[in-house]
Amino acid sequence: MEMMSKYQSQYLRKVRRNRQIVTLIRIVILIAFVGLWEWTAKEGVIDSFVFSSPSKIVICFVDMVKDKTIYGHIGVTLYETVASFLLVTVIGILCAVMLWIWPKVSEVCDPYLVVLNSLPKSALAPLLIVWLGANMTTIIVSGVSIAIFGSILNLHTSFNGTSQDKIKLIYTLGGKRYHALTKVVLPGSIPSIISNMKVNIGLCLVGVIIGEFIGARKGLGYLIIYSSQVFKLDWLLMSIVILCIIAMLLYNLIAAIEKWCLKRY
Amino acid sequence: MKQILQMHDVNYAYHNMDGETKALQDITFSIDEGEFVAIVGPSGCGKSTLLSMIAGLIKPEGGTIELSGSPLEESKKNIGYMLQKDQLFEWRTIYHNVILGLEIQHMLTAKTKARANELLDIYGLDKFKKAKPSELSGGMRQRAALIRTLVLEPDILLLDEPFSALDYQTRLTVGDDIGQIIKNEKKTALLVTHDLSEAISLADRVIVLTKRPATIRQTISVKFDLEEDTAMHRRNAPEFKHYFNQIWKELTQDGDDVKVSEPVS
Repeated sequence: MEMMSKYQSQYLRKVRRNRQIVTLIRIVILIAFVGLWEWTAKEGVIDSFVFSSPSKIVICFVDMVKDKTIYGHIGVTLYETVASFLLVTVIGILCAVMLWIWPKVSEVCDPYLVVLNSLPKSALAPLLIVWLGANMTTIIVSGVSIAIFGSILNLHTSFNGTSQDKIKLIYTLGGKRYHALTKVVLPGSIPSIISNMKVNIGLCLVGVIIGEFIGARKGLGYLIIYSSQVFKLDWLLMSIVILCIIAMLLYNLIAAIEKWCLKRY
Repeated sequence: MKQILQMHDVNYAYHNMDGETKALQDITFSIDEGEFVAIVGPSGCGKSTLLSMIAGLIKPEGGTIELSGSPLEESKKNIGYMLQKDQLFEWRTIYHNVILGLEIQHMLTAKTKARANELLDIYGLDKFKKAKPSELSGGMRQRAALIRTLVLEPDILLLDEPFSALDYQTRLTVGDDIGQIIKNEKKTALLVTHDLSEAISLADRVIVLTKRPATIRQTISVKFDLEEDTAMHRRNAPEFKHYFNQIWKELTQDGDDVKVSEPVS
């Protein structure tokens, strides 16, 4: 191995130290928050019936693990989120490709897409229940409806942002519009497709929880609504903590895919 | 000599909502096989448009373009087009960039692949086949772009200011380099440029266009009495200055729009 200069190792040490400090502060904040919550609940500063407490949340979680009810709720929510995410990804790319292939269609559809995108999609959820019934399909569709329009618009914008000169190159090499799509537009848009996926996974989770609020018998969204109605706030807060963890894991999963893709391209 | 390209009374205008702008008017010229022709003219006079028409990317508004005697659309002749920037795709290796045209035209065979490898070897890119474009210097990138065009075995090469994106020093060496490659491969070439010395050092014949709407002002044969007729030698030959001043005079004759600064003396 090459000898490292004094300054290079100094620099590396500085970077590493900086990273350690950031991680340390993050952990301290978490511990302080949880500790403060627990302490104030125990001392009666806050009402633990309304605010619950970390220990009660853990006990509640352990109980639900023991009687195995929690797996069903987490599993259903995860399944619905992943299903709607995959649908959004596939439909989003397909629609954006079609809009790119037929610019006239995109010109015509533009105002409709803009309206649908800015519409608060939670308003659609009750309608979906009536149309599709209170079942899993409805909830998946609700997840899709939140992310799909923004996804199409963003992908289409990024497809259109492809350098015109690169497309001209394809034509000078004897290619047709199909080749411009497969050789330039799609491979060149991979970074924006992935960053779009990062946004979508979060949005799908939102849509699924909204769907579960009003039309489910299982899932974390159902658990949240049910526990608020029967005033079991331990359940409610536990569900929120689990949702936080799920959101973080899903995001990191996409980030890992992104890293892998960037290495390849 | 056999004529490979004939343009007869070609016209073209740009259209937008404010009206039309005549770009090219009654352009008539022809190119013999193996000849290197340069077109010079004030910037914005429609030089690139001329190349786009020959490449079949846009249709002339009146007039005919023939390749070896048959109309452009019916012609089986292969046209190579080299753009201002190399437009190498960062997500492909140099080798895969070079075979892009073969891929598009479904001409990927053992023979054409061997030819691509051979050209990369001959022109000093053998060590960079697996490299990404960003790892190459501007000159090497431009060479890779030329090879991408050459593997398609074009009957005529169109060069659209292919060196203008390079810094001055690289531009001289790459200009010489590319000129030499084209001579080695015995290709017919049509170069469009606003750089007079580039045109004189490379071409057998220089066509001077007027400002917009561009017509042909003058055609000047460039002949150097040199043992080794390379761009570098031409620039040092005494005739060079003579040609330069002659073309300069043609370009600035109607002078009202061209800012006249003294030519090199």
